[in-house]
Amino acid sequence: MNWTDWLPLAVLMTSFLAATIIFMLPEQKHILRSTINLGAACIKILLIVFLIQAVLQQNYPEVRLEVLPGLELILRADSLAILFAGLSSVLWLFTTLYAIGYLENSPNRSRFFGYFSLCVASTMGISLAGNLFTFLIFYELLTLSTYPLVVHRGNAASIKAGRSYLIYTLTGGVVLLLGVASLYALGGDIAFGDIERTAELMAHSPELMTLIFILLIAGLGVKAAIFPFHGWLPTAMVAPAPVSALLHAVAVVKAGAFGIVRVVYDVYGIELSWQQGLLYPIAIIASFTILYGSWRALQQIDIKKRLAFSTVSQVSYILLGISLFGPLGTIGGLVHLLHQGLMKVTLFFCAGNYAETLGIHKIHELDGVGKRMPMTSVAFTIGALGMIGLPPVAGFISKWYLGMGALEANMGWVIFVLIGSSLLNAAYFLPVLKRIWFNPQQGDWPHEAHTSYRDAIPLLLIPALVTAAFSVAAGLFASSILSPLGWAELITLREYLR
Amino acid sequence: MSMIFSPIPWLLVIPLAGAVLTMLIPWHWRSPASLLGILTQLMASLILWYQVSHFGPQIYAMADWQAPLGIALRADGLATLFILMSSVIASACALYAHVYLSLAKRANFWPLLWFLWASLNGIWLAADTFNLYVGLELLTFAAVGLVAFSSDERSLEASIRYLYAALLGSMAYLLGVALLYGAQGTLAMDSLADTWHWGPTNQVAVTLILGGLLLKTAVFPLHTWLPPAHGGALTPVSALLSALVIKASFYILLRFWVEFGIYEYLPSLSQLLGALGAGAIIWGGWMALKQTHLKMVVAYSTVAQIGYMSLIFPLLVSDSSEASLMAYQGGMLMLLAHAFAKAGMFLAAGNLIFCTGKPDLQSLAGMSRYRPLNIFAFGLAGVSLMGLPPSGGFNAKWLLLQSSFMSGQWWWIVVLLIGSLLSAAYIFRVFAYTYKETDRGDTFNRPHLSLELIALGLSVISILWAFLSVWPLNMISLPGPLMEALP
Amino acid sequence: MDTNLIFTLCGVGLCGLGFFGFIYHRHLLRRLIAFNLIGNGTFLIMVGFAQRGQGVTDHVIQALVLTGIVVAVAATALALVLIRRWFHLKGSTQLPEDETS
Repeated sequence: MNWTDWLPLAVLMTSFLAATIIFMLPEQKHILRSTINLGAACIKILLIVFLIQAVLQQNYPEVRLEVLPGLELILRADSLAILFAGLSSVLWLFTTLYAIGYLENSPNRSRFFGYFSLCVASTMGISLAGNLFTFLIFYELLTLSTYPLVVHRGNAASIKAGRSYLIYTLTGGVVLLLGVASLYALGGDIAFGDIERTAELMAHSPELMTLIFILLIAGLGVKAAIFPFHGWLPTAMVAPAPVSALLHAVAVVKAGAFGIVRVVYDVYGIELSWQQGLLYPIAIIASFTILYGSWRALQQIDIKKRLAFSTVSQVSYILLGISLFGPLGTIGGLVHLLHQGLMKVTLFFCAGNYAETLGIHKIHELDGVGKRMPMTSVAFTIGALGMIGLPPVAGFISKWYLGMGALEANMGWVIFVLIGSSLLNAAYFLPVLKRIWFNPQQGDWPHEAHTSYRDAIPLLLIPALVTAAFSVAAGLFASSILSPLGWAELITLREYLR
Repeated sequence: MSMIFSPIPWLLVIPLAGAVLTMLIPWHWRSPASLLGILTQLMASLILWYQVSHFGPQIYAMADWQAPLGIALRADGLATLFILMSSVIASACALYAHVYLSLAKRANFWPLLWFLWASLNGIWLAADTFNLYVGLELLTFAAVGLVAFSSDERSLEASIRYLYAALLGSMAYLLGVALLYGAQGTLAMDSLADTWHWGPTNQVAVTLILGGLLLKTAVFPLHTWLPPAHGGALTPVSALLSALVIKASFYILLRFWVEFGIYEYLPSLSQLLGALGAGAIIWGGWMALKQTHLKMVVAYSTVAQIGYMSLIFPLLVSDSSEASLMAYQGGMLMLLAHAFAKAGMFLAAGNLIFCTGKPDLQSLAGMSRYRPLNIFAFGLAGVSLMGLPPSGGFNAKWLLLQSSFMSGQWWWIVVLLIGSLLSAAYIFRVFAYTYKETDRGDTFNRPHLSLELIALGLSVISILWAFLSVWPLNMISLPGPLMEALP
Repeated sequence: MDTNLIFTLCGVGLCGLGFFGFIYHRHLLRRLIAFNLIGNGTFLIMVGFAQRGQGVTDHVIQALVLTGIVVAVAATALALVLIRRWFHLKGSTQLPEDETS
């Protein structure tokens, strides 16, 4: 066994061990806890860099463990896994920084950071899973480890939100389990990428395989918040800002979207899914969710709720990209997985900064905040413009490739969905930007925190600025191989040339 | 093999001697003596495990008395796994009780525990139907005594109910065994299986035996004695009862069912047993959801989990031997995972009740903040009981699901999935209470750290089965009468 | 009619009576006596089997019945202790009819 084969396990264990140690730490050991958190995050990024090197050399490290007769737990780093693992590990670092600042002087930090790390461990497991069984294990572990974060505040609203979150995700998990178990019953242990086996099964029993496909997509669709399974996402907004960022930008919704990517590309295979007509319904549902989410976002007056519905809409861009048969659509979908993560996390950081510094929760309270908190507002503006799809922010690239992909797949109507959604995006973001920069301040801020800083405190501000900068850089340096676009092209190349 | 080299007699003699000895010696000596006994039991089970996994199943005739009057003991893979399981869990519960109980209570706890342990080992190792009877009765007496131990009104009532139900069950079993002997002239399981013929006497006998054992296992709808007994007993006792005691009668039931091939004669009965299991899963889950006392939630969860294990009966009956094997493996893994998870959960629940000083769910508010270790132990056990990955419970559920698919009995899939959602509902309901914030501050009691760690340890083991399931599955697949009689 | 059958029939009769009493009565002592009736019926049936004709008796059955009687006596003693304690505690000879199950 090559030493690189242990890397996937090491990536998983860094956050897992961090979680275990943090749970054991006494509540008041703040500095030690932060050190462990940040140290683990940095080590993980380093390990991912090694993995990137290995994958670039067409070497895919993997570890296996037999858990049941004929059933293996597989951790494998392929290019798609790296895409998600890389995103999560980078955003984890900044979200941790942000959370340390955000939760300063609040209770239950040991529990919070413990589950936070466990959550990242499950996300790593999801990205590195080498078969559906492994994926399922970490997918459910993610549900379990995010529940305590959603109910973290312990008031009636968050307990209610936690309940709704569980009802949606556990039911989705059961549907997914049913799908995975039936696929195993039909064809045994199928590793990701073994699409010849699926093709055989499809030829043998097409109806059953189609049913299983629907079960898998529906189960995963709950976390990806596709219509009509999106209800939990806006409710879960009662969680603290770093959790919202994590839930909405990285871990949970992306886990669902990433699972759908895996099912379409690595279990069924894009060509087979296309031939069987499985992709067209996804395109329709995704398009509908895009428009519906944007429409609902327009009606929200709470900043975080508006962002949540925006997530509902934006995650479906990824699904839309997957459902467009052809390399360009694939690139568009995959690259948006990263771009949306970067931009949305920025927006949530900023929303958290407004709430923490000035007590602003509603959109009409944002009047004139640009002069009071210029740095945060710049970051927010970058995120919002990116969401609308303005160059050079990363969002533009996603939409460009999605549009091209739609033409390539002969699905011209998708262009209208994209245009419509962009208009709606503009309609719900531009008025916010106008309030921030051009409206005069109306009276006092709702609840002003007294710090010596003019803007948010550095631990809150820096992560927002960095992710905003990443969003711009992802657009500006899109031609580099290590940019999101470059990596998505690499994956697509390997997918279509298989 | 002489007495010295086989650990089998020690697994019976030491607990029995311990029971008598701890009744006679002064109070202060009882705990040290018992701790010594626990060590020998752990050693003996490990040696047995080593011998069975290296040299195959062991047969031992007590004091060289041969059948039919002698006591023949057999340690196959399944029995050895259960011996190990009960040694670990009983040791954990005993250590817990040692810290948890006052000196006076503890002094009387030890003899009963040793009787319980002896009868469990006797049942796992028994090779004939009459030894099973004696084991079953001794087990009942010890368990009833332990339930009555907490000496309040409710548990006394529960223990009387328990005793009456159990007596009826064992009498039915004894009558059945007598009829079998009358028809076939033997008591040994293997010769009964060899000369088995499905005459009217055997039919009556089997009905009586099954009925008695179903009552003792508390299979729905004969479960009504269980929740008050398990929920009302002292914490370490609840753990022992739910984790081990009900498993004993289930084990006997399964051995009769498979070794005598009853399923072949009564295929519709196996569906009925499955339906009872389904009823238990749904009713137990529903009742657990409605309880207001923490330990009653856990007790009703046991009713539901027995239902999962009962699904093994219809799933064993299948055209494909692979499906039967998976059902057997899944059922046994379920039993194993449940034993550890439920012991851990009861102990954690006991700790939580100790912290709040009140048995109800409402007063759990703030626990997750001030006593996170207990919540963590409760949660890990809960993960296994819900059958969410990664846990032994999930692996077991996966095997049962696969077996249902393969044998084409899709209706059990529906039951399994609804059951998981129900159990998630009642376990997360408990969680929701613990996450509520209070403004009372940390005014709770603090249990001894060892109590928290014992609960956590058992729960962690139930999770670890997720990665180690291959080992117990290999163990139970070693040749043995049950394994060979599988369809 | 051979003795075996007589024993068996008597035993079955006793078991039936006992079972009826066990289900029907709520008084704890009556139920205990009913349980003992079931036990005696069972032992009678077993003793019946021991009569293998030609004056040969089966030792195994005799050993079993002896064990069974010991166990039944122990069970009765345990039940009596519990019932006595219940009586001291509640002053009642029967369990409350519970609706919780």
